[in-house]
Amino acid sequence: MIKHEQIEKSVPLLIILTLAVVIWGGLLEIVPLFFQKSTTTPVEGTKPYDAVRLVGRDIYIREGCYNCHSQMIRPFRAETERYGHYSVAGEYVYDHPFQWGSKRTGPDLHRVGGRYSDEWQRAHLINPRDVVPESNMPAFPWLATTKAKDTVGADVDKKMEVMRTYAKVRGLPTYSDEEIKGAKAAIGDKTEMDVLIAYLQDLGLALKNVK
Amino acid sequence: MSDFVSDFWNLYVIVIVLGSILACAVLLIIQGKATFTPGKTMGHVWDESLEEYNNPMPKWWSWMFVITVVFALVYLALYPGLGNFKGVLGWTSGGQHKDEVAKVDATVKPLFDKYLAMDLKAVAADKQAMDMGKRLYLTYCMQCHGADARGAKGFPNLTDADWLYGGEPEQIKESIANGRQGMMPDHSGLGDDTIKDLASFVRSLSGLPNDAVRTAKGKEAFTASGCIGCHGPEAKGTQALGAPNLTDKVWLYASTEATIIETITKGRQNKMPAWKEFLGDAKVHLLSAYVLSLGKGAK
Repeated sequence: MIKHEQIEKSVPLLIILTLAVVIWGGLLEIVPLFFQKSTTTPVEGTKPYDAVRLVGRDIYIREGCYNCHSQMIRPFRAETERYGHYSVAGEYVYDHPFQWGSKRTGPDLHRVGGRYSDEWQRAHLINPRDVVPESNMPAFPWLATTKAKDTVGADVDKKMEVMRTYAKVRGLPTYSDEEIKGAKAAIGDKTEMDVLIAYLQDLGLALKNVK
Repeated sequence: MSDFVSDFWNLYVIVIVLGSILACAVLLIIQGKATFTPGKTMGHVWDESLEEYNNPMPKWWSWMFVITVVFALVYLALYPGLGNFKGVLGWTSGGQHKDEVAKVDATVKPLFDKYLAMDLKAVAADKQAMDMGKRLYLTYCMQCHGADARGAKGFPNLTDADWLYGGEPEQIKESIANGRQGMMPDHSGLGDDTIKDLASFVRSLSGLPNDAVRTAKGKEAFTASGCIGCHGPEAKGTQALGAPNLTDKVWLYASTEATIIETITKGRQNKMPAWKEFLGDAKVHLLSAYVLSLGKGAK
């Protein structure tokens, strides 16, 4: 039997046993999730983000949208009445990393796709107060004047290749070589605002009108 | 049907969960048997004189542990957690949501049904229906049309009795249910000079200050460039197309020359989303009646 004193005085043993304790919960709470159909199979209608939406998503992450907006509709009537069908795991299979968020200063955005017009999104991002006077959301006017190809879109093909690797490991449908080759052309001269709006307008459509 | 890709994971979860609980119980029993020997320490000394005794755990603490172990077993019997076992209560988060919705529906559905069967004008005159309509409006509509329903630049004011697509009850309902697509085309091909003439003419229609020479040229261009196709020969608009009346004092974007020039040059493509699928008939009906009550119907 290992004595208390031996563990305390041996750094490698202390590290190994500490890791074992820390890993224990993860063996149960994390590992089986990789082997469940509900978490690994895309919901019908969920597709890999195309080049434009993938970089739009990068804007979402860069600007820290997740700090105030969740993308996780909980299964409570108050939420499903307002936002639509509650979120299910199979809708996030192409999200690396997912944007669930943990706090709502603004509303949940998981099913914001198609909820407002592109024009509304544009006016709202340039200055939220122009359309919702009560809003405390910051304005993001620079998105309209920066070309996506100069920032998030500069290495879009590499990003798509990484995403493709993830998808292949899990046997999911993913990008073709042509799609990756055409990625920069698809982004073209679009502004950061354009690609972000394309991303937002595509969010949560798989179960948008499912009751 | 199992959610796991193979049955191994069912066993994996069961073994680790029960094994962990068992290990806790065994540890508890062993520690419960430990007795305190006066003067006997753990045998190591830190920082010159720091030693520790090997005391048994306090009784209340041991009992907390016992309760935890019992709680875990009861929980695993009642709720899903042990691999594929669904728990005797058959609880799921989706099922809980369904029950919650059904419970509220049992109360509100008769109300929605009652109003759905009524004429829109009658619903608009019903106080309770309008309270419900207002709540729906504040949840789904205020982001574009404003909490006071007075709209914003590019988003119509619903209180002014001026309607792009018509203010008859059925027209309002159609707008909400199936949405509308604004379609002012891009006219940059006309050239800056002609567009400036047109802007001057459009301003003159509403009695705003304008340049008389340009207005005269703009009036000809209004016909020659095809503006009359949608806005009509008298510029009073066409509701079937959502083409606004240019002769009134209502401005969806703004009445300044610069904004009118921008509208003509770049066009406007704003959109009212369709709500029928998302909200369902009953809510669309109530909202239509609410909007009808705001705008006091067609002028």
